[in-house]
Amino acid sequence: MRVAYRATQLLALPVLLFATWWFASAGSTAFYIPPLSVILDAFDDTWFGPRITEDVLPSLGRLALGYLIAVVVGVVVGMLIGLNRTLRALLEPTLEFLRAIPPPVLVPILMLFAGIGNSMKVLVIVSGCVWPVLLNTVEGVRAIDGVLIDTCRSYRIGGVLRLWHLVLRSASPQIMAGARQALSVGIILMVISEMFAASSGLGFTIVQFQRGFQIPEMWSGVLLLGLLGVLLSLVFRVVENRVLAWYHGVRTVEKER
Amino acid sequence: MLTVTELHKVYDGQGRRVAAVGELTFTVQAGQFVCIVGPSGCGKTTLLRCIAGLLPPTAGEVRLAGERVSGPPKGLAVVFQEYGRSLFPWLRVADNVELPLRAAGIARADRRRQVAEALDAVGLADAHGAYPWQLSGGMQQRVAIARAIAYQPRVLLMDEPFAAVDAQTRADLEDLIRSVWQRFEMTMLFVTHDIDEAVYLGQRVIMLSAAPTTIADDLEIDLPDERDQLTTRGAPRFTELRGQVYAQIQKAKVDRT
Repeated sequence: MRVAYRATQLLALPVLLFATWWFASAGSTAFYIPPLSVILDAFDDTWFGPRITEDVLPSLGRLALGYLIAVVVGVVVGMLIGLNRTLRALLEPTLEFLRAIPPPVLVPILMLFAGIGNSMKVLVIVSGCVWPVLLNTVEGVRAIDGVLIDTCRSYRIGGVLRLWHLVLRSASPQIMAGARQALSVGIILMVISEMFAASSGLGFTIVQFQRGFQIPEMWSGVLLLGLLGVLLSLVFRVVENRVLAWYHGVRTVEKER
Repeated sequence: MLTVTELHKVYDGQGRRVAAVGELTFTVQAGQFVCIVGPSGCGKTTLLRCIAGLLPPTAGEVRLAGERVSGPPKGLAVVFQEYGRSLFPWLRVADNVELPLRAAGIARADRRRQVAEALDAVGLADAHGAYPWQLSGGMQQRVAIARAIAYQPRVLLMDEPFAAVDAQTRADLEDLIRSVWQRFEMTMLFVTHDIDEAVYLGQRVIMLSAAPTTIADDLEIDLPDERDQLTTRGAPRFTELRGQVYAQIQKAKVDRT
């Protein structure tokens, strides 16, 4: 019963939007706004063929690689900065500056260094995703509970045990918040990085369709991107629920008191 | 076992020097149960943190078994007042108790045995797999006590450990601490602001003055070793001792103001 209610709640608006689009565009003769039925036909033909292996999977592979590098670098560097007051004071203004640069403008610059291949595209994704993770990790590490720090000190818990069980786990709610932001940034950059001097990938294909006036195909690409975004966010939520099970538990208990 | 010599602590902050601990000297014999009482804000916690090696004294020294304390020493455990914040919310009860043992490099089989024994001693034999936040306040403090017992310290420091639990739980925990102390034969230093609690628990009560703290009086508690909430607290000698401690604390307050 609860599950059915929840499913209705989740799906009501998407179904409504889909229906509105379907009926509103049904008799459309406008060239740039084809009927949804035509777009869906195009979707089938366009994406369930060789394009899956030639465009979609390479795009997702680059996204996965860039995102993982960004998360690892962001967490490691963020922990170093968060744990070291001098380093923090030294780096904070610079970090704010670097974060404020919109990553897409880095594409032409990165092309100069890394060429136009996969490494450039992965670098673009890394350069955008690393900041939310890094800055959130710094904040998370700074906010570790003083009593817990004292507990570790008096029980002489140090080294790797301390880094893992005190620092990383304490900061994990903030780290996950940063990783969530980074995921949406990553999807955007995945597309943008393929719009420059690329020969394959989702972003490249969508731009090709647009330039070739294949409007239903273009729309189907946009639809696919949206669906991928939803799917990735679902995967993220599953991971988050596992990693932060304790956090949600604590929050629930606190609310009940 | 534990000697505190001319201990002095001044907090230096923004042009204001606050003398928290005036000049303290006392010795605790091995295996003794000593309670430290004083009015609120009298620097009890500061004193305890200096003894635990968590806070460097401004002058004077603390020696544990002849060795000068310059950081958290081996064989010393602390139970903090904020039980909720001193347990790792992302670790299950048994893992919380085990973590200091892992840090100490104790073999897995021994760790298992010590954890089981300690949880059994505090009456939580069936709570191994729970998370701390799933337990009541009193049970959480039992976990913290179990963690201290499993660590097998020579000296156990307790900083107002029962200040935040309800009266009934508090009485249970007091009896638990007495039995733990008798069973595991450790030196116990118990800080509290509750005069009844100090007299009920200790073999000796050290009374502190208001800040900057000095020793107002040092009293032997000559009650029988077997104590229980009803008969001990009802004994004429108990009332007499409590009166003495109370009078000293009142006097110490008046002397300062």
